[in-house]
Amino acid sequence: MAVTTMAKALNAGLRKALERDEKVLLMGEDIGKLGGVFRVTDGLQKDFGEARVIDSPLAESGIMGTAVGLAMAGYRPVVEIQFDGFVYPAFDQIVSQIAKHRARSGGRTPMPVTIRLPFGGGIGAVEHHSESPEAYFAHTAGLRVVSPSNPMDAYVMIQQAIACDDPVVILEPKRRYWDKADVDESVDIASAPSPFTARVVRPGTTATVACYGPMVRTCLEAALAGEADGLDLEVIDLRSVSPLDIPTVAASVRKTGRLVVVHEASVFLGVGAELAARITEECFYSLEAPVLRVGGYHTPYPPSRLEEEYLPDLDRVLDAVDRALAY
Amino acid sequence: MTADGGPELVQLLTPEGERVHHPDYDVDLTPDELRGLYRDLVLVRRVDAEATALQRQGELGLWAQLLGQEAAQVGSGRALRPTDMAFPTYREHGVAWTRDVDPLQLLGLFRGVTNGGWDPHEHNFALYTIVIGDQCLHAVGYAMGVQRDGTDDAVIVYFGDGATSQGDVNESFVFASVYNAPVVFFCQNNQWAISEPLERQTRIPLYKRAHGFGFPGVRVDGNDVLAVLAVTKAALQNAREGNGPTLIEAFTYRMGAHTTSDDPTRYRVAADLEAWKLKDPIERLKVYLARNGHADHAFFDAVEAESEALAVRLREGCRSMPDPAPDSLFDHVYAEPHPLVDEEREQFVRYHASFAGGEH
Repeated sequence: MAVTTMAKALNAGLRKALERDEKVLLMGEDIGKLGGVFRVTDGLQKDFGEARVIDSPLAESGIMGTAVGLAMAGYRPVVEIQFDGFVYPAFDQIVSQIAKHRARSGGRTPMPVTIRLPFGGGIGAVEHHSESPEAYFAHTAGLRVVSPSNPMDAYVMIQQAIACDDPVVILEPKRRYWDKADVDESVDIASAPSPFTARVVRPGTTATVACYGPMVRTCLEAALAGEADGLDLEVIDLRSVSPLDIPTVAASVRKTGRLVVVHEASVFLGVGAELAARITEECFYSLEAPVLRVGGYHTPYPPSRLEEEYLPDLDRVLDAVDRALAY
Repeated sequence: MTADGGPELVQLLTPEGERVHHPDYDVDLTPDELRGLYRDLVLVRRVDAEATALQRQGELGLWAQLLGQEAAQVGSGRALRPTDMAFPTYREHGVAWTRDVDPLQLLGLFRGVTNGGWDPHEHNFALYTIVIGDQCLHAVGYAMGVQRDGTDDAVIVYFGDGATSQGDVNESFVFASVYNAPVVFFCQNNQWAISEPLERQTRIPLYKRAHGFGFPGVRVDGNDVLAVLAVTKAALQNAREGNGPTLIEAFTYRMGAHTTSDDPTRYRVAADLEAWKLKDPIERLKVYLARNGHADHAFFDAVEAESEALAVRLREGCRSMPDPAPDSLFDHVYAEPHPLVDEEREQFVRYHASFAGGEH
């Protein structure tokens, strides 16, 4: 057990995966000598060689398309897209090829491709470096989409994603890369909870707040601040946005009667919209208020001087909770 | 760009069926092997004709015709070893034939009973890829896997002249080049991307593009099965020996429509078609075989009879092909259990069972 950052926890998880299975390969821009722009792959090329930790040409579709071929050849490619906003050139290969290949091959050709995507805002970056594209991927059958919120989950979930025979998009909350917490490297990933399940990270009774990735810390801080106002919020870290762990959220809402969903992505047709529909179906008679959403607006991600206005924060979360309680 | 392929065109068998020599490329085939190629060409053309007819009869939703491209596909397909891997577009019925994929499995895709059809690993023939050019990157990735496996297998990928405008194809050239991947890029330049002529894709001969990416390019007479075989074998051998990729431009012509939904009379002139008819890939081999005593009437009759039998088998097999079970649409979406798909399948089955007698 050691205190470490999420970036280092991901590095340790990648190292474990490379050690465990010689078919695991890492590929991406600047991931070799440089160790990635966020240093998540720091030192891995030195230890595992250029054939397994591959600096790629600067072409995202090329990275994704060659990952398809490597998977067909029996490898387990783990590809890094340097920033969320650069994934779109690879969108066709992800949606048309990676997501569908297993189904169209009648289950004969699995696509164990892990797509690492540093995502989300809050780091004062220039345009195209702060986006939350999860709904695009969650909308696509054949893909799984997860997002760790803390170093320990990051360490385990990256290994579980790589071990999974389905393609997994792992959204790494880049503004939490430097958050520190205890990481137990002795944990056995096979006996750890499935990455496709949610976790109640703070039990409570007043209302349920569901979130994932970078928003988990924000929501936990909101819950702490809410205590002073007599609020006892239950916070759920969804961890996976595809599949969504509906039973865990439904069980919570049956208890609290209220649900607020929080994400950085714009709310229109987002994860919150899906949860609102599903929870209304599952928990209609338990709900004391409509499901409310807190998220980005239907605008392009703003220049960084405005991003704090765009991103959900503690106050906006508590405002939504207040509105839910006012029904 | 010259309509006849220009002086760079590698040719070993003229349209008149005369064997000519080339300083860099040659094949040494037994009469038996030559007859085998002829048989391939005839049977592949028959598969194409039958499939087109089956589409007209409503048995297939669509068919992408290969008429005129038989030699490009058979010649390159027969250059492969069984352990080599081939990545097709949606028109490589002739390559599929050389990889022992039952033509009925191709029909299944166009009939709409599957989105795949065969086992890519059993045949070392990837599934058809409809998004233009995507498979070029898959081939390079696969070739990178071959490099890491340390075998001397090679990979071939098929695409058309239109695909050369795609970003993925150009990215695949870059990746193959910088990683020195054992892959052969086989471009069938059939002169048309649906209605758009080659002039809408390029200002230079396509094979010359390779030089800019740092590997050799060669233009071969795509209607000359011997030249295609020779050129492809050489490129594959080059890849096996660690010398990296080659771009082959097989200069040919799409004699039919883009697909059965297309009407080429709207955009091209009949005179072109007539000119290319004189360069037919099958006719020239037939003349060569007959003139040199490599095949007699009995052989040609036997191939014709086999072609008839194949046609009957395809017609019957296609018409009797069962529709998949309705709930199979949920199969194989994920390798590991997925609660949403499981739930939707249950709802789907329950909904269908709710009708009288459980009828769908």
